[in-house]
Amino acid sequence: MKLMRCPLNGERNISEFVCGGEVKAMPDPDKASDADWGRYLFFEDNPDGEIVEWWLHAPSSYWFIARRDTRTEAVLETMTVQEWRERQGTVGSGQAQGQSADSQAHGAQGTNG
Amino acid sequence: MSTVRPEGRLGDGFGLLIDREGSLAFTFDGKPVAAHPGDVIASALYAGGRRVIGRSFKYHRPRGVASMAGHEANALVQVGHEPNVPADLTPVKAGIEVRGINVTGSLDRDLMAGLGHMGRFLPAGFYYRSFFRPKGAWKKWEPIIRRMAGLGTIAQSAPHGDFDKRYGFHDVAIVGGGPAGMTAALAAAAGGASVLLVDEMPALGGSLLYARTDEGGAAGRRRADDLKGRIGAEPRITVMTGAVATGLFTDGWLSVAQGSRLHKVRAKRVVVATGAIEQPAVFRNNDLPGIMLVSGGQRLMRLYGVAPGTNAVILTCNEDGYGYALDCLDAGVAVAAVLDLRPDPDGPLRRAALARGVRCLKDTGIGEAKGGRTVEAVVTAPANGAGSAETIACDHVAVAVGYTPNGALLFHAGAFCRYDEEQFWNRIEDLPAGVGAAGAVACLWDEKRVSDHAGDAGGAAARGESSPAAAPDPAAGGLNHPHPVFPHPQGKAFVDLDEDLTIDDILTGLKDGFTDIQLLKRYTTLGMGPSQGRHSAVNGVRIAARATGRGEASVGSTTNRPPYRSEKLGLLAGQSFEPVRHTAMHRRHVEAGARMMPAGLWLRPAHYGRNGDAEAAIAAEVKAVREGVGLIDVSTLGGLEVRGPDAAEFVDRMYTWAYAKQKVGRCRYLLMTDEAGVVIDDGVAVRLHEEHYYLTATTGGVDGVYREMLRENASWGLAVDIANVTAAYAAVNLAGPKSREVLATLVNDIDLSNVAFPYMEAREGHVAGIPARLMRVGFVGELGYEIHVPSLQGEALWDAIAEAGRGHGIRPFGVEAQRVLRLEKGHIIVGQDTDGLTTPHEAAMGWALAKKKPFYVGKKAVDIQGAKPQERRLVGFTLKDQDAPCPKECHLVIEGDRIAGRVTSAVRSPNLGRVVGLAYVPPEKAEAGSDFQIRIEGGRMVEAETVPIPFYDPDNRRQEV
Repeated sequence: MKLMRCPLNGERNISEFVCGGEVKAMPDPDKASDADWGRYLFFEDNPDGEIVEWWLHAPSSYWFIARRDTRTEAVLETMTVQEWRERQGTVGSGQAQGQSADSQAHGAQGTNG
Repeated sequence: MSTVRPEGRLGDGFGLLIDREGSLAFTFDGKPVAAHPGDVIASALYAGGRRVIGRSFKYHRPRGVASMAGHEANALVQVGHEPNVPADLTPVKAGIEVRGINVTGSLDRDLMAGLGHMGRFLPAGFYYRSFFRPKGAWKKWEPIIRRMAGLGTIAQSAPHGDFDKRYGFHDVAIVGGGPAGMTAALAAAAGGASVLLVDEMPALGGSLLYARTDEGGAAGRRRADDLKGRIGAEPRITVMTGAVATGLFTDGWLSVAQGSRLHKVRAKRVVVATGAIEQPAVFRNNDLPGIMLVSGGQRLMRLYGVAPGTNAVILTCNEDGYGYALDCLDAGVAVAAVLDLRPDPDGPLRRAALARGVRCLKDTGIGEAKGGRTVEAVVTAPANGAGSAETIACDHVAVAVGYTPNGALLFHAGAFCRYDEEQFWNRIEDLPAGVGAAGAVACLWDEKRVSDHAGDAGGAAARGESSPAAAPDPAAGGLNHPHPVFPHPQGKAFVDLDEDLTIDDILTGLKDGFTDIQLLKRYTTLGMGPSQGRHSAVNGVRIAARATGRGEASVGSTTNRPPYRSEKLGLLAGQSFEPVRHTAMHRRHVEAGARMMPAGLWLRPAHYGRNGDAEAAIAAEVKAVREGVGLIDVSTLGGLEVRGPDAAEFVDRMYTWAYAKQKVGRCRYLLMTDEAGVVIDDGVAVRLHEEHYYLTATTGGVDGVYREMLRENASWGLAVDIANVTAAYAAVNLAGPKSREVLATLVNDIDLSNVAFPYMEAREGHVAGIPARLMRVGFVGELGYEIHVPSLQGEALWDAIAEAGRGHGIRPFGVEAQRVLRLEKGHIIVGQDTDGLTTPHEAAMGWALAKKKPFYVGKKAVDIQGAKPQERRLVGFTLKDQDAPCPKECHLVIEGDRIAGRVTSAVRSPNLGRVVGLAYVPPEKAEAGSDFQIRIEGGRMVEAETVPIPFYDPDNRRQEV
């Protein structure tokens, strides 16, 4: 069984984690058209390659962000939501930003494969 | 049975695993069989003279054992209730009842054996070609074929097995306790690692216990003893024998089945040293009982002390065949001839055999074997070119034509194999990170090379490094025959004994166009039987390669998936844990004779009253609440605390209504939608302080609600603390016209008057001296108080209220009565009256949507839905004919011949004297007075009418007094 590194609890069995889906930016509800909103709700990028996702360590109810490669199933990196937001340059309130990861921007810290 | 004693076992140097002093007996097909402790089922049967242990899958040909290593295709037996038990791997136990499988009649006289003569009517792909036309034909054929070509029988009456699981953590796990595995384990332990050494046999040693590498024949066992001694003295090594590593998964996760326990092992590094599997030769009638692999005959003799026959013919292309000839002579088995496929054989063991007078023929193979229920003779054939054939009588044939690395675990982990066209076997490549290979599975053969490399691999694993690559071993050069496949004009040369596939079947599959090895496998079923191609895959590839003019490497190989051996479902299931949550008052409910029902993981009283009449009990409970006072345990309700400067903002974003202006001390209904605007939960918000909300959530929904809150706030970063306090609080609802009177006797720090503590307000104080949060909410539609106290004091609260209410005729009520009461009030239950698509507008809950709030989760979607025409509405209904049966949940609303909606709740209300319920109907039927039809049980239609809700006390006077 795969291991995943939870930023709070360290390496744990993957069976303790729940995937929360792709990190995607919520459009401004006041400006988005109904069609835009529908796309935001019901469509995923589902890339062949690197993906940035919400993950939950279920026993401790702890949410964090993971970068994963959908081709190799390798977990490239996990980080706290705070770290993710800092990296996106959106520290402060508001929604989690960013559609897909710019791999250049992420160092190779704490990888686990 | 105890009068039967095992006899005729071989003497010193043989029978390493059996206890000759002991004896036990079991039955095979009802007849007693004698055995020694340490025997496997097959060795005891063989010792007793039985050669036929199974019948083949398709033709019901008699079959025996060939490998004695758990790889048999046709030595599966039924043991008591357990089907498909490998007879060559399963230790005997006294009194077990063993039966042959796939047999009509008896093993020795299988009534289906005539099928053997019908081979040409059952070619490869016969399922697909013969039984699917005309349409529907398969339905008739399937049961017949399943009966004829089956495995063991699953006994429906089998008792529940006792299985469990255990976790293990090690620095290094080594699979295979042969010379390579033991050497690697010692090296890893010397490097400071904690080591797990797993072997599927009952004793360590692997091939050292049976294979002959020297003239004297004892070198291997001496070496095994030496290694075992050193392992026994090494405290860092944990040894598991009789344990099958069934799968190797990502990140060093290894499943090991041992008896009725599944070990889930996590190791930082895994070294696979599972050896090699000897491969059969393909010739006419090569499946006759008595024909074995040399290693199979050696295991039979060395491990169990059983002579494989009295007169042997050995087919070989390497030194193993001559070593076996020496083994036979040592065991008193005559050797009629050694047939060597090579033109110029030489080697120390061959010379030793010649010196002992063994007749050794070179450049000679087997043209066919002859016999009935056992082999009786072989007809030789020249290996290359022309020559004469000779018939040699024998009762045992052993074959040594090469090996294939036993790489299943490596393949599970992601390695690939490539056929080495110089050494004629599969080389395993692309080992994943953290996984190493040692010994024969790494294509190493020479004793010193194996030992040196395994030591390096063990040391590297201890240091957390990758195993060193193994350079090709010249000693393996002469081991494997390039093409041990010898067709015969009359066929019956078996490639796959599991599935009864001959050379002709493989060629037919190729001719039919299935030249890709993966397709060929599926079309012919090559390698798909119980032994999973361990003896057939390589020869299948060789045949496909030659027939299509390709090299074996370009033909490729099929995929190997876990488990390595068949796994019992019980092992995977383990013990069945069904956790149940009890509320603090659980004992009291049981004492009061409650019938408990599950609510999520919780148990809740459905109703009270020990004897019988549930309907009467529920009616009495309802009556108590409407006319007197009732008490229900609502501890399972979810409880969430939201505290902090942004608490109001947070609650406002999570729920649809407006909470920022909610006054401290007020309660407010909570409605939650998801991002798609679907109703997912409801409850009540109590504002205990400017910066503190206590929220209730549904029993089944609270954990999901809590998760979503945490996730949303991980994005929002609002300054709040969110806690799921469901288990921290016990709660009751004290309801009914007399509830205030009862409560008044227990409360002295809160003014309970309607003016001081009105409907939809909350207070903190003490009830019977217990710190409590009190809320005046009205799920059941009467004056009532929800009282939340610390869980530890839940039972004390229950007792105090029960005592205080005694004089008022207080009655505990259960979930069933509450359902009636809430339905009379028209309150919805999220998840019962809503489904995965219900919007607030459909549920007629537009009133709970804040119009001016800029944002809440789901707002945009709710607004979009609100602007569109609705497709359905949840309405209250009653029946026109009150004598008609009460509809049930999910009975359909029918319009013409169309499904127009469905009932979500319905009950015959004792207070209203009529049926009331909730149903989804088309919007045009939402107007009070609209008629519609409900199809109830038996297809009967009943007339219903839309009516306003609440059904009971429409002006809400009773709950607000």
